[in-house]
Amino acid sequence: MKYSYYPGCSLEGTALDYDQSIRKICRILDVELIEIPDWNCCGASSAHMTDHEIGMRLPMRNLLLAADANHDILVPCAACFQRLKAADKTLRENPAYWDVKEYAPAYKIIHISTFLAQPEILASIKEKVSHNLQELGIACYYGCLSLRNPRVTNAINWEMPDTMEQIVAAIGAKPVSWSHRTECCSGSLTMARPDIARKLVGDIVTAAKKAGAGAMVTDCPMCQANVESRQAPDGARGAELPVFFITELIAAALSGTYSAKQQKVHLVSPVVLSRVIDNAAIPANSASAAIGKEDSV
Amino acid sequence: MDKNCISPDERSEKFLRKLKTRNIDVQACYQCGRCSSGCPIGDYFDLNVMEVVRLAAYGQEERLLQSHTIWLCAACETCATRCPNEIEIAELMDVLRELALRKGILPAEPRVPLFHKAFLGSVGRWGKAYEIGMIANYKVKSGDLMGDMKLGMSMFLKGKLKLVPHSIEGKSEIREIFSGKGKEYDR
Repeated sequence: MKYSYYPGCSLEGTALDYDQSIRKICRILDVELIEIPDWNCCGASSAHMTDHEIGMRLPMRNLLLAADANHDILVPCAACFQRLKAADKTLRENPAYWDVKEYAPAYKIIHISTFLAQPEILASIKEKVSHNLQELGIACYYGCLSLRNPRVTNAINWEMPDTMEQIVAAIGAKPVSWSHRTECCSGSLTMARPDIARKLVGDIVTAAKKAGAGAMVTDCPMCQANVESRQAPDGARGAELPVFFITELIAAALSGTYSAKQQKVHLVSPVVLSRVIDNAAIPANSASAAIGKEDSV
Repeated sequence: MDKNCISPDERSEKFLRKLKTRNIDVQACYQCGRCSSGCPIGDYFDLNVMEVVRLAAYGQEERLLQSHTIWLCAACETCATRCPNEIEIAELMDVLRELALRKGILPAEPRVPLFHKAFLGSVGRWGKAYEIGMIANYKVKSGDLMGDMKLGMSMFLKGKLKLVPHSIEGKSEIREIFSGKGKEYDR
C-alpha cells in the first residue's frame, strides 16, 4: 500500500514525535509513505482567517505537487487535513479561477484516524499487538478540524465519531464514554488569549477525568500541545492528564516499548503508559501459550 | 434605543455582494440560535454568533468590523456545522477579519491579528512555519514578552522547538502567493 504523505509543519517541530510514531507503525503495517516533494505550509488557521486567496493557494500548491504520484494523501494533522480538503474542493469546482488548467485527480485526502480505522488496517493492528494496554482508561479527543465542517471534511460521524475508540479498543485499552470529545480547545487562540485556552482546556480535562480517564488521546497536533500545556492553572501539578497521539499508543502496543526519549517530550508526565506497558506482562497474542507454561510449572 | 436602530440607508451593498460571491447566504438565517448556543467561545463575545449573522444580513459592516467577536472566533466550525440552513458562518467570520485588515480598522483584539501576521510572516519567508522565529516575532510585536516564558523554555528544553528553519525549494512560488496573486482581479 502506497500513500502520499503530507506531514505538515507541526510534525517537524512541536509534534516531531507524532511523525516518528506514524512512520514507525506504517513500517510495521507495511504501508509505504511517500512524502510530497518540497511541500509547503498549508497556511493553517492564520491564512484562511485573514486572507482567502493565500489560504487557498498555499494548500493548492501541495495538492498540485501530489497530483503526479496520484496516491491517496495521508494527513496526520487535523488542521492541514481540513485546509487540504477545502482547497481540493475549491480547485475541483473551478480550476481556471486558480490559474490551473485542469484538476480532477483520482486521489482522496485521508486523515490519520480514518485511515487507521479501516477494517483491514484495524485487523492488522489487532493481529500485531504485542502488549495489550488493558488497564488504561482513555478519553478519545477529536477536537474540531478533522470533523468540521462536514461539507468540507466529508466526515461521516461529525458529532459522534468513533474511529479513535475503535483503534483504542483494538490495542486493548478502554475508551471511556465522555462529553467533550468534539469540543474546541481554542488552539488557534492559545498564544494571543491564553486565558480563554485555559478555560476551554480546563473544561475538557475535567470532563475526561470525571468519566474516569487516566489519559487522553488525540489525532491533532495542535490539540495535543494545547491541552497538555494549558491544563494546570496555578501550577497545580500532579492532577493533569497526559495527552497521547493515537499513533504513539499504537506504537507502544505493537512494539511493547515506550522509550525514555519519547516520554521526555511530554509536558505532562506520561508515566501511566510506561506503567501499563510494564504490567502487560502477558503479551496479547500468546496469552494461551503463557497459560500453558503456567500449567507445566 | 437610537444606538440599536438599524437603518437600510447604512447597508453596505458592497459587503452584501462580497458575501454573495463567497456563497455565504446570511439571508437564509431564521434566528434559531443553534450557532450561538454551541459556540465554545461565546461567553467572551461582544456580539453573539446569531447577532453577527443578522447584522451581516442587514449589511451592517462597520459594527461587525469593530467587534471583538470576529477576532475571538477560533474557526472551530461548530456554528456552520450545526446551522440547519448550512450558512457558512465560519467563512463569514473569515470575510469580516479580512475586510477589517484590508480597511485598516483597529482590531478590538490586537494580539490576535499580530499572531496571525507573525505566523504568516514565517511561512512567507521559509515556505513552512518556523516556530521559534514566529513566536519571537509575535512576542516583540505584541509586547507580551514575559507571557508563557516558562512554557516556552520547557518546550525548548524538551526539544520540541527546532532551532533552524526548514526552508523549501519553491520559495519563489510562495513569494508569488504572498504578493497577492489573484487579487489583481479585485477579489
